[in-house]
Amino acid sequence: MAHDGHDHDHHHGSELSPIALRVKALESLLIEKGYVDPAAMDALIETYETKIGPRNGARVVAKAWTDPAYRKWLFEDATAAIASLGYTGRQGEHMVALENTPDTHNMVVCTLCSCYPWPVLGLPPVWYKSPPYRSRAVIDPRGVLKEFGVELPATTQVKVWDSTAEIRYLVIPMRPAETRDWSEEKLAEIVTRDSMIGTGLVQVPA
Amino acid sequence: MNGPQDLGGMMGFGPIAPEPNEPVFHADWERRAFGVVLAMGGLGAWSIDQSRFARESMPPAEYLSSTYYEIWLAGLERLMRERGMLEGEPKKLKKLTKDEVASRLARGSPCDRATNKQARFKPGDRVRARNIHPEGHTRLPRYVRGHVGEIARVHGCHVFPDSNAKGRGEDPQWLYAVSFSAHELWGHDTADSVTLDLWEPYLEPPA
Repeated sequence: MAHDGHDHDHHHGSELSPIALRVKALESLLIEKGYVDPAAMDALIETYETKIGPRNGARVVAKAWTDPAYRKWLFEDATAAIASLGYTGRQGEHMVALENTPDTHNMVVCTLCSCYPWPVLGLPPVWYKSPPYRSRAVIDPRGVLKEFGVELPATTQVKVWDSTAEIRYLVIPMRPAETRDWSEEKLAEIVTRDSMIGTGLVQVPA
Repeated sequence: MNGPQDLGGMMGFGPIAPEPNEPVFHADWERRAFGVVLAMGGLGAWSIDQSRFARESMPPAEYLSSTYYEIWLAGLERLMRERGMLEGEPKKLKKLTKDEVASRLARGSPCDRATNKQARFKPGDRVRARNIHPEGHTRLPRYVRGHVGEIARVHGCHVFPDSNAKGRGEDPQWLYAVSFSAHELWGHDTADSVTLDLWEPYLEPPA
């Protein structure tokens, strides 16, 4: 468990914040009423904290970069192509892959809530769910990208995808030219979460 | 509803502030809140559309000053309160067990449905997002209402949230990716665009 500087709920043992107490009381009530199996709850948390995350998506991207038949399949039927690597289900039932090129840069948002492709990226970061990104991604995508350190030429069209239904979008970023001889495994290591949301570019570490 | 969740195009929230090496959860209560919400969803007592509506029904000032897991928690409490699940005898619902977790997550809840209805629009068609203001749940953001876009993709026939959130059945409708130019939406002089997934009842011919 991550007990870093952000975890303000555990000062000295039993001192819990009001929200922590509220969650604890609700959890106890729901277990007592027979609505929640504590072991199932722990399994749910563990799945998204330790098993499902952006490494899954990075594998999809690296395969799309190295296997032309897979790439073709991914853009035709992303749900099936991604399922073939074992990533399926909740919040990824209907997948669409978006191809970034020198002419087109795709970027994904959910202005209405926090829709995000869980099976390939895990749970969304706080900024993705928060008002600054949700409000600005659609009206000022280039300003948003600049805050992520991404400046695109005016000739590149920015296409923003607002996830208003149950379709979940995965951006397939551009492969850096200097990775021509790299293996799929090595490529997967440089694919970042943000590059698959469309707020970052893949770069070869200096 | 024209609620606080409909944020597209609003201003004044400040910079994005991404956090380097962000942990999945920032406090143990977030971890527990996430687990409780997912486990309760497993009872099948409400749909995803009903849970979204419960969250966006939070008073606007409260919604905008809450963290995401606080919003989730308030939504769960509202769903339970509406169903009389917080007090009295427990309802007879089958709880999600540990053994079911992996298979339930891997299956998810696909929401495409078979239909005999023909799709009204095809890729390339120009369409207008209707200028409607439903009081219930809707996935038609304010910033596209009244604007003209182009059908980019036909996704299939999907559960219609506006109906499903009211408990009036799935009423599946054709779902389209519709692209709007930044010029049409915001008056910007660029080739940029915004694409949204919109159900057929949200759309009409542009004339």
